[in-house]
Amino acid sequence: MVALTKAEMAEKLFDELGLNKREAKEVVDLFFEEMRISLEGNEHIKLSGFGNFDLRDKSQRPGRNPKTGEEIPVSARRVVTFRPGQKLKARVEAYAGSRQ
Amino acid sequence: MTKSELIEKIAAVQNQLSSKDVELAVKTMLDHMSDALAEGERIEIRGFGSFSLNYRAARIGRNPKTGEEVNLVGKYVPHFKPGKELRERVNLGLAASSLT
Repeated sequence: MVALTKAEMAEKLFDELGLNKREAKEVVDLFFEEMRISLEGNEHIKLSGFGNFDLRDKSQRPGRNPKTGEEIPVSARRVVTFRPGQKLKARVEAYAGSRQ
Repeated sequence: MTKSELIEKIAAVQNQLSSKDVELAVKTMLDHMSDALAEGERIEIRGFGSFSLNYRAARIGRNPKTGEEVNLVGKYVPHFKPGKELRERVNLGLAASSLT
């Protein structure tokens, strides 16, 4: 399956907005880097029409090494979750794809 | 952080594009990402994460008010899996905040 990548996103900014290739690559990189900086600072992100990136703190829990069966605790961690917005959900729901 | 705050941050750290250009670029990127998902295409951003579609099988639901049965058709929902760099940086953010 093909996948959308940063290179294609930059290409579109070059084609549609006329940014030069260097500017286009830089703005795509900054877009994702500024979102990482926000999440790293425990600040969630709301992108209307697309979705929200939220943060959840998980406490330590018991785990197991699936290979050896040995019990090892899973350490406390902070994880990022994505909640798609209404508009994106509605558009994706309509996708029939190959599994109809 | 909202979309307009993200636009301001990107505009502040680079010196070639006007805020207006950055705003257009951010909107173009988000539309590009939504379009990809709406067409069943994955998104893969190294260091940030990947977006894909998960299938929800058709099921019989129930109207919680009336108890009436309703047939729900199968549908796709967007799913985000954070990449390694994002996971690590968010976790370091947790470690840093627990020290203060």
